[in-house]
Amino acid sequence: MNRDSLYYITGALPETPVPAQPSEPWAHTSVVGQAHPRIDGYERVSGAAVYPSDLVLPDMLFGAILRCPHPHARVVRVDTSAADAMPGVQAIITAGTPAADLRWPYSRNLATKLFDLHCRFEGEAVAAVAGETPYQAWDAARAIAVQYEVLPFVADEARALVGGAPAIHDGGNRVGEVERYARGDVARGFAAADVVLETNYRTETEFHTPMEPHGCVAKWDGDRLTIWESTQGVFPVQQRVASVLGLPLANVRVIGHYMGGGFGSKLQADKYTIIAALLARKAARPVKLFLTREETFLAVGNRPPATMRLKAGVKKDGTLTALEFSCLGTGGAYPAGGTSLVDWLVRDLYTCPNVKSEMTDVYINAGPARAMRAPGHPQGAWALEQMMDALADKIGMDPVALRLKNIPSTSQGHDGNPPYTTTGLRTCLEQGARVFGWDEARRRPHDKGRIRRGVGAAAGLWIGGSGGPPATVLVKLFSDGSANLNLGASDLGTGTKTVMAMVVAEELGVPVERIQVEHADTGTTQYATASGGSKTVPTESPAVREAALAVKKQILDIAAEELKLAVADLTLKDGAVVSRNDPALHKPFAELAGLRRRGELVGIGNRGPNPEGKTICPFAAQFCEVEVDTSTGEVRVLRFLSANDSGRVMNRLTYESQAIGGITMGLGFALSEARVLDRGQTGKLVNGNWHDYKIPTVLDVPAEIDVVPIDRPDPEANSTGAKGLGEPVTIPTAPAVANAVYHATGVRPTGTVINPVQLAARLHALRKEG
Amino acid sequence: MVTKPKLKKHTLGVTRRGLITSVGAGVVSVATMRRATAVPPVEDVEPDEMVKLTLRINGRTHRLLVEPRWSLLFVLRERLGLTGTKLGCDRGECGACTVLIDGRPRYACMTLALEAEGTEITTIEGLLHGEELGETQKAFVEHDGFQCGYCTSGQIMAAEGLLRANSHPSREEVRLGMSGNLCRCGAYAHIVRAVEKAAEFKGSRGAR
Repeated sequence: MNRDSLYYITGALPETPVPAQPSEPWAHTSVVGQAHPRIDGYERVSGAAVYPSDLVLPDMLFGAILRCPHPHARVVRVDTSAADAMPGVQAIITAGTPAADLRWPYSRNLATKLFDLHCRFEGEAVAAVAGETPYQAWDAARAIAVQYEVLPFVADEARALVGGAPAIHDGGNRVGEVERYARGDVARGFAAADVVLETNYRTETEFHTPMEPHGCVAKWDGDRLTIWESTQGVFPVQQRVASVLGLPLANVRVIGHYMGGGFGSKLQADKYTIIAALLARKAARPVKLFLTREETFLAVGNRPPATMRLKAGVKKDGTLTALEFSCLGTGGAYPAGGTSLVDWLVRDLYTCPNVKSEMTDVYINAGPARAMRAPGHPQGAWALEQMMDALADKIGMDPVALRLKNIPSTSQGHDGNPPYTTTGLRTCLEQGARVFGWDEARRRPHDKGRIRRGVGAAAGLWIGGSGGPPATVLVKLFSDGSANLNLGASDLGTGTKTVMAMVVAEELGVPVERIQVEHADTGTTQYATASGGSKTVPTESPAVREAALAVKKQILDIAAEELKLAVADLTLKDGAVVSRNDPALHKPFAELAGLRRRGELVGIGNRGPNPEGKTICPFAAQFCEVEVDTSTGEVRVLRFLSANDSGRVMNRLTYESQAIGGITMGLGFALSEARVLDRGQTGKLVNGNWHDYKIPTVLDVPAEIDVVPIDRPDPEANSTGAKGLGEPVTIPTAPAVANAVYHATGVRPTGTVINPVQLAARLHALRKEG
Repeated sequence: MVTKPKLKKHTLGVTRRGLITSVGAGVVSVATMRRATAVPPVEDVEPDEMVKLTLRINGRTHRLLVEPRWSLLFVLRERLGLTGTKLGCDRGECGACTVLIDGRPRYACMTLALEAEGTEITTIEGLLHGEELGETQKAFVEHDGFQCGYCTSGQIMAAEGLLRANSHPSREEVRLGMSGNLCRCGAYAHIVRAVEKAAEFKGSRGAR
């Protein structure tokens, strides 16, 4: 996977040392795999957790960013004289401020200015203010008079390459070359098929909209800068800030202990990070700069729209013979992976010898995309998984059976066709169908009345989710037998801290409650990549295990010497050294003289490499039942089931939460979430708030969601056997709903969102024909 | 800086919209709404003028100077350091800022600090018994009724308000009662279970 096509990381990734000897997989576990409440649950439910937006520093100011209201414009003049004189204003910066004349990298090859005079999307930063209160900062921001030369815009990707469309960048509106892929010969594949179907599909732009808005608090102490940022990765933020401001890494400390959701939109520092730092330096006071909710819809990312065409051939026995896919997408006004990985499932999910794909990414005048929960995959799944359903229908085969007929053991999408370390796709489908009661539900006679029920299934895999180096972790055992775990990764709310503490508890026999976790602080923890791509657990947990094992070795050596027993006879349990052969021997850590003398034992763990020549992927299958009101077109999701192969289940409780969360987000993608741009008249976003952009509420999701973990540790993947979970849980959701709607009504919703008005109209038309 | 406000003969209370309109006109009318039925005295102050305010929060009395336009949310978080109450949208859409005002769930972003004078405000911090979690908070931990935790204070306050009004809600009543609070991590299925568990915890405490 080309990370750069999704988001641009400043600098190179460090290489961590390879562990001398890979640890054996766990034969059995006593802590890992249990349902353990979060170790930071108290902080999160009591209000004690300090999220970056909660930070209140002495003498702190509040920042506000004035943004371009036009989709495409040139800044002619910025007059801050009125704003300068307003009460409470402490600093204003614009393109004309020498210290703000900075280069901002959008990608490896494309940079603009921090305040660029050429505004290519609605919401581009034009100026910023720091004031005593956010009210005063906003008063002043609004009082800045900006004269714009409004330019013609294009806000519709279908028009971006049409002659006469305004060029957004000098080279035109194409983002690089058309991305092409081919294996086999699709023409021959289609010729060999008994049934060939070809359908257009479309998914709309989705916004991340995490509950905590994007932003940070910036504070200078001389030439040292501390930033508390709501982020998925403190180290990428540090690298970007140091690079843009020209500071040594040691002078930029980024802290991100808690954060209120990211979903891919907080993988990097943003312009606001730099702006907060500049305002704080100018005012010589700390500045809190958090975006308003409306700004988060304009300027901090989205899942790009996909206009797709898929042609598929199948034999009567269910053998897929060919898949031909094309996609037009846009990451907005800058290179942002507008079509990244949209074709991956077509290439990789099912056995198919002949596959061709062609993807075109264009610029439009809209906010740049960012990686969003399994980039490309839910879009591709929307097309492929509905196509599989349609093919099954056409050849009179059960849709689950058709999928089972085409399960690959190798990753065909990768060069060289490497085998998967493990694939639980078949088990996900079979076990999921069994628990769901799929066969019974499919056999049920069709409803004839106004309210009709249907069931649908869809499957998926996630290209990432393997994790890998770098990761370096420290574990410290204190003389009283309690421990400290030190890792750089962020916990997005996925339960990272808890899972990692469970790994330490597993190895050291220390209760989870006696483990303190220090994390996500560039000043006190080791480099970690941003938490994203469903890779945090498979990346960090093996390093945590290595670190714990390094401590374990030390304590066993100490105990063996003191007890005059062989190391092989000893193990650690419940905060004590115990003998394997003599159950009576029980020596609490605190009673070991050697440990008391040392005070603490420190272990370092590194993440080893992934196996060569193999592909590591998590897999998923989801099933749902819906009820459609054929008169109004309303769709109600009655029940949902997710079966997941994400390797070892690390924490049964947070595993379930992640699956529930992924399904809920997928339901929004299917049923209610779509960016609406006023494409014709103004090019502006018309639903940039939570009133008009509908994310699911508790009433929009089924009360009962079944989570069926396929608990199958992957011993080849890494030493904990875990694969990623956060993304695969949202990939098949939307097409599962669409397939259920088809099953209920005979109408196939090929575009998101499944809109009651359109669905009702199509149902009405169907009745007329019928 | 604070001048003695002049009394003005108004008979209507102040809505947020009305207040914003008056800010535009250059003069702010400030109402101290103690009870909806009472006719509030109305004062004239300049837009950037601070006025005195007394708030009762979690059983404590706070006296402070505020701009009339400051929301209760801003005062709680940025002036009193009660940052358990979160800002999600600042426009009455998400419920992350839910607090109890006289025992009922209210969005603190849509409540002017001045409007809250004379009421009893409870925030997430006020549900703790010393350092010990309240029943609703415990239930949320036990059932993992959250992921990132940012909407959680608001969810818990909405649940608390629901359970104070209805100690044995049906599942449908729980879903309705919680429908004013968004959770982007999508923890709803666990939130519903947590609220049901909280009702159970509270019931068993009452029975003791």
